[in-house]
Amino acid sequence: MSQTDPIGNDGPPRQLAAPPLITVRKLSLAIHGAPILNEIDLAIQPGAVTALVGESGSGKSMTALALMGLLPGGSTTTGQALFDGSDLLTLSERAWLGLRGDDIAMIFQEPMTALNPVHTIGAQVAEPLRLCGIRRAEAARIARDRLDRVGLSHVPLDRYPHELSGGQRQRVCIAMAIARRPRLLIADEPTTALDVTTQAEILSLLRSLVDDEGMALLLITHDLGVVAGMADHVAVMERGCIVESDRTEALFRGHRHPYTAALLAASRPPPHTPRPPDGTAILEARDLRRTYGAVTAVDGVSFTLHRGESLGLVGESGCGKSTLTRALLGLEPLQGGSVTFDGTPGGQSMTRRQRARISVVFQDPYGSFNPRWTVRRIVQEPFHLTGKPRDADAQAARALTEVGLTTADLEKYPHEFSGGQRQRIAIARALITKPQVLVLDEAVSALDVRVRAQVLALLSELQDRLGLSYLFISHDLTVVRAICDRVLVMQGGRIVEQGAIDKVFEAPAAAYTRRLIDAAPRIPAEWLAARNTPAATG
Amino acid sequence: MLIGAVLTALFAGAALLSLVWVPHDVARLDIAARLLPPSPAHPLGTDHFGRDMLSMLMEGARTSIAVALVAVGIGLGLGVPLGLWAAAARGTWLDDVIMRGNDLIFAFPSLVIAILITAVFGPSAVNAILAIGIFNIPVFARVARGAALPIWTLDYVMAARVAGKGKARISTEHVLPNITNLLIVQATIQFSLGILAEAALSYVGLGAQPPTASWGRMLADAQTMIYTEPQLAVLPGLTIVGMVLGLNLLGDGLRDHLDPRLRRRAP
Repeated sequence: MSQTDPIGNDGPPRQLAAPPLITVRKLSLAIHGAPILNEIDLAIQPGAVTALVGESGSGKSMTALALMGLLPGGSTTTGQALFDGSDLLTLSERAWLGLRGDDIAMIFQEPMTALNPVHTIGAQVAEPLRLCGIRRAEAARIARDRLDRVGLSHVPLDRYPHELSGGQRQRVCIAMAIARRPRLLIADEPTTALDVTTQAEILSLLRSLVDDEGMALLLITHDLGVVAGMADHVAVMERGCIVESDRTEALFRGHRHPYTAALLAASRPPPHTPRPPDGTAILEARDLRRTYGAVTAVDGVSFTLHRGESLGLVGESGCGKSTLTRALLGLEPLQGGSVTFDGTPGGQSMTRRQRARISVVFQDPYGSFNPRWTVRRIVQEPFHLTGKPRDADAQAARALTEVGLTTADLEKYPHEFSGGQRQRIAIARALITKPQVLVLDEAVSALDVRVRAQVLALLSELQDRLGLSYLFISHDLTVVRAICDRVLVMQGGRIVEQGAIDKVFEAPAAAYTRRLIDAAPRIPAEWLAARNTPAATG
Repeated sequence: MLIGAVLTALFAGAALLSLVWVPHDVARLDIAARLLPPSPAHPLGTDHFGRDMLSMLMEGARTSIAVALVAVGIGLGLGVPLGLWAAAARGTWLDDVIMRGNDLIFAFPSLVIAILITAVFGPSAVNAILAIGIFNIPVFARVARGAALPIWTLDYVMAARVAGKGKARISTEHVLPNITNLLIVQATIQFSLGILAEAALSYVGLGAQPPTASWGRMLADAQTMIYTEPQLAVLPGLTIVGMVLGLNLLGDGLRDHLDPRLRRRAP
């Protein structure tokens, strides 16, 4: 599909005339006999961004590792990956040492663990230079230059990673990767762990590196919005195969494969139609204040959650939303203000019976369950609050069927389930005591887009059927818009804006809200509109 | 791991067997049959009192294993709850008190204090057990606390708190089952150290008293005859080495087997 390009005339000016830097031909990979990649064809152009998109387990990271010669033990490959006329797949480890860092470099998803905490950032950026024999002083000078290039000119070389924010650390990782001016930079989900405004900054930095230095960038991501804003060329991966690849705009406008269509649909859940609140408050917070020593994490927060309503709480990491959640659940003391839950004092002064009526679903589908417990025991744990009813097993079975699992799953252990299924178990556990309020703490953030869409649909359906009120905490505006009636925007421990979801999105009053909305990567509407009128795509 | 398990099983089997049967009664001295070379009646020969060496080693295995087992039991029984408690109270003064108390015990050279205890309260197997056991407590407390801390940050612990469970209950239901792997490994290592400590105490005459057989005292008894009758020292020495080696191999093997991060490289 990449060769014949009937709709390339109106594309961006970046023309792909130069021969590809890397040509991957029929790359197949098996690890311990299990097939991972299946006849991948990919061309990476110099001075351009090539994106690999797919869900977890689609093989996109393995493709990158194959190009870095970092495949795990037990891997067998067939096919070719030509770079400068030599096949990367057949290089010896010794030959790789000359290539990695010099010609091909990589940055990873998690900037918190990608840097060594006991070395200064200067030493870490200089390390790849020292390895190729550059003298210490010269290496330090280049390190300074590279750090300036990634926008850290105000940060001295002798800083340690823990003194920097997540975004700054990712910049250090980029500086390290580009220290020896590689011709190919592989970025594996480089912004997934970052806040949306930081993500926008890192992406524009990467884009400018590609444009200024003529570097090729292989961007691995699950986020089609990021792809739309960044990539020149996109390859969509599903279960080890590239199902579709094309120039970015062409792919969005004229995608043919059903998987691409499904991904696109799931990544843009339709905005929720807000329902009028029924007016009775179920959870009310008045002027909440939580301090840790001199730090004020929650600073005068007030809001009301109505019966049957979905209230979104949006903010970036460190804004105090997790602290607020724990305080509302009665897990942390408050230094000021009051919580009212269904007409009685809430927070830490809740009785066990009241606590049973407010439940929570957490983000991490892997850390949410004791790995040694069966689902039966996991789902029944909240009965600790109410005393175990006589028909506990029947109720657990009913809770599981309610979230779309089966009674047979009761005897299984958490590791037997996928991420999406685990999140269903977490919802079943939250529902077992028949709560009125469900706190969803980044409950869909760790899920693939298609699974996310399913869980969101389940949540709306449960809300309609059981009359639940949701406090939906998220950093992802798209998701909030898809499920919430009203939204609170939190920054630095304060609520900076609140209101009906449409109003906040269409006419944000606070500058911070506007910044959040602008920074969120999105697919240009006209790329997708073209899809609906076939004449425009031809 | 397999070698370790076989060695450990061999010694444990010998100790168990000695409960019901030994080739010869070690409390009975038979000066006429002293210093015999190996023979069908005495497969490993006899010592200077005419006691059967094989029987002595079997009885000694029983003493060593019993002392080390109870000492590890003391360490597990007191150290693990302390460690879990400290982890549950992390960041508070209670955590500090428990862990600094541990540091206090760590600061003393263990064998010297064990000698002191047995010297003050009289040499006996029970006192040796207590002395070794006390120094196992901080080891287990540290391991338990260190392993428990990351578990306290996981969402399932948070979910249990939302379900109204207290710290004690979370510690036993959620934390303890998930750190048992580490504790088992640590226990095998402490067990081998306990055997060494018991041998050392018996060697200086502060462990189990005659007529109870003990590897350490067999070594001490044989010391004067090391040039004339080297087998008397070599046999208990080899036995101690074999037992400790077996336990260490078993501990390493268990760690490789139980730690998912190392599993791929496990033999």
